[in-house]
Amino acid sequence: MRDAFVRALMREAARDPRLTLITGDLGFGVLKPFWETYPDQFVNAGIAEQSMTGLAAGLSRTGRTVLTYSIGNFPTLRCIEQIRNDCAYHEANVKIVCVGGGLVYGSLGMSHHATEDMAILRALPGVTVFTPGDPLEVEAVVPEMLRTPGTCYLRLSRGGEPVLHDAPIENWRVPQALTLRRGADVALLSAGGILTQTMSAADMLAEKGISAEVVSFPCIKPIDAERILDLAGRFRHLVAVEEHNTVGGFGSAVAEVLAENGCGCRLHRIGMPDRYSSIVGTQQYLRGVYEMDDCAICRRTLEWLDP
Amino acid sequence: MPEESSYSYEEKTHAAFGGAPIDTGNPRVLAWLIRRHGLEMTHLSRGSHIGAIFSLAEIMATLYTGVLNVNPADPAMPERDRLILSKGHAGAAVYAALAERGFFPVEELKTHYANGSRLSGHVSHKGVPGVEFSTGSLGHGLPAAAGMALGAKKDHASWRVYCVLGDGECDEGAVWEAALQARQFALDNLIVVVDFNRMQSLDFCENTLSLEPFADKWRSFGWRAIEADGHDVDALRAAFDEAKGNLGGGQPTVVIAKTVKGKGVSFMENNILWHYRTPQGEEYEAALKELEAQRP
Repeated sequence: MRDAFVRALMREAARDPRLTLITGDLGFGVLKPFWETYPDQFVNAGIAEQSMTGLAAGLSRTGRTVLTYSIGNFPTLRCIEQIRNDCAYHEANVKIVCVGGGLVYGSLGMSHHATEDMAILRALPGVTVFTPGDPLEVEAVVPEMLRTPGTCYLRLSRGGEPVLHDAPIENWRVPQALTLRRGADVALLSAGGILTQTMSAADMLAEKGISAEVVSFPCIKPIDAERILDLAGRFRHLVAVEEHNTVGGFGSAVAEVLAENGCGCRLHRIGMPDRYSSIVGTQQYLRGVYEMDDCAICRRTLEWLDP
Repeated sequence: MPEESSYSYEEKTHAAFGGAPIDTGNPRVLAWLIRRHGLEMTHLSRGSHIGAIFSLAEIMATLYTGVLNVNPADPAMPERDRLILSKGHAGAAVYAALAERGFFPVEELKTHYANGSRLSGHVSHKGVPGVEFSTGSLGHGLPAAAGMALGAKKDHASWRVYCVLGDGECDEGAVWEAALQARQFALDNLIVVVDFNRMQSLDFCENTLSLEPFADKWRSFGWRAIEADGHDVDALRAAFDEAKGNLGGGQPTVVIAKTVKGKGVSFMENNILWHYRTPQGEEYEAALKELEAQRP
C-alpha cells in the first residue's frame, strides 16, 4: 500500500510543483524515489511531529498542498492538538499520512499499534478520513484526497498487500463505498487494510454455503450512508470489520447511520475489543488473537447468522 | 456604573486626547492606545490577561508602526509580512493595534469576548482582517510561522514572518522543535519576539522552569539573539532593524524584549494576580487615572 501511495503521489507531484511532502524522519526505503526525484518538494522535519504538523499548516498557507508522513501514532496522536487547532480549524490544506494503521507493527509493541486513530481523527470537524483497503484503492484515493479541500487523514496499512480489486478503480469520489463481491446471506463491511481478511473470510463462508457480500469503505468520514442503508435493506446481518478499536471507529460510524435511520438489521463489530495489546506477535498473529483474522471473521459471522 | 456613559466606545477610549488628532503611526501613541483598549476591553468583558496585554504594548506598537509591511486597505496582499501572536491570550493587544491602524473599526473592540463577536479572548483569524493565524494553546505559533517562512523561502519571496512568544510559553517543547527546524531550514526571514516579562501563570519563570541563560539557549540553537528593552520603542525599532538586516545569513533571529508584566499600572506590575484579574470598580478607575497621566 505504501508503495502504491508513493507511486500515486509522485504522479501528482509531477503535475503540481507546489505539492510538498514532509516526513517526520521516517520512510527509509519508501520515500527515497520521491526525495530523489522531487528534492525541492521534500522536507525532513526531523523527529518532531508537533512542529512538523504546525510547519505543514504554515506552509500550506503559502498556497501549497502539504503532506505529513510518519508511522503509527506519530503523525496523528502525538500531535493531535496541532492537527485540531493549526490544521482543521484553519481548514489547512494538509494531508496527514500514516503508514502502519492497525497492528502492522505488531511485534514492535503497543506504542506502535495505531488502533484509535480513526476514531480520534473522525471526531475532528472538517477532517476527511480515508481508509483504503488495497493498493488499487490507494491509487484511487490519493488523487481524490489531494483534490479534497482542507485537512485530510490517509490511513495506510503497510507494504506488500495483495491487489483485491479486479481492475483499477476509475473516477472514485468521496465517500463512495466499493463492492468487491455480491452476496445474498450477509454483508461484510470493511475499512482499511483488514480487507484482505474480510475477502478471505468471504471465501471461507462460501465454502460453508454462506454467500457474503463484501463492501470496502475507502472513506469513513464522510461515510457512504446511502450504501449502508442499501445493505441494511437487503441483509438482516451486517458485519463491520476494522483493525482498530471497536469504540469510535468504522463500526461506530456504521452504527450511527443505522441507528439514525431506524434500520432493523443487526450490526456486529469486529475489531480490537477496547483494549491495548501487550502480547508480542506479528500483525497476522495478533489479528488471530483478537479475533479479526479471516478464520475469526468467518467463525464469528457463522455464529451470528445461526445463534 | 458611572463609566457606562452615552459616549461611544471609541469616544470614551480616545477621550484623553481631548479631540486632538491622534497619530497612531507614532509608536508611543499606539502603545498607549493598546493599554487603554486593553483596560477597557478586559473591563467591559470581565476578561483576563491584562498583565500580558500591557507587557506587549510597545512590542505590538513598534511592529505596527513601520516594522511590519502590512496594509489595512489590502490586508491579504501577497507580499505582506506575516505576524503570528503565539501567546494568543494577549489577543486584545493585536485587536487594538489592528483597529487603531485601520484594519477594522475601533468601535468593534467593545465586542471582545461578547456573545456573537468575532473577537474571541484568544486571538482568532476568522473574519478578522489582519490576523494571520488563530492561537490560544501555547507552543503552536512558532511551528506555523516557520512553515510560512519556509514557504516564502521556497518562493523566493521577500516578505518576513514575525512570531511573538511569551517567555513562559517557552516551556513548551514544540517551541524548541521549531527552533531547530528554523535554523536547519535557514529561515533568516523569520523573526521571533519573546515578551520576556519573567512571569508565567502561577509564579515567576525562574521558580517554575528556569529559562536562563535564555539568549544563550537560542544562540546554542543557531539563532541570532538580540536583547532589548521591551518598553522602549526606539530600542525595539533598532532591534527589529538589526533583525531585518539578517537576510542571506541563514540564521533566524530572536528579539528578547525585556518587559514588565502589567507595565503601566503600578499595582498590576509584576503581580501575578493580574494575569487573571479583571479591572472593575475602584481598580478600574485607579488604572485609568494612571494611564491618563501617561498619555503621550
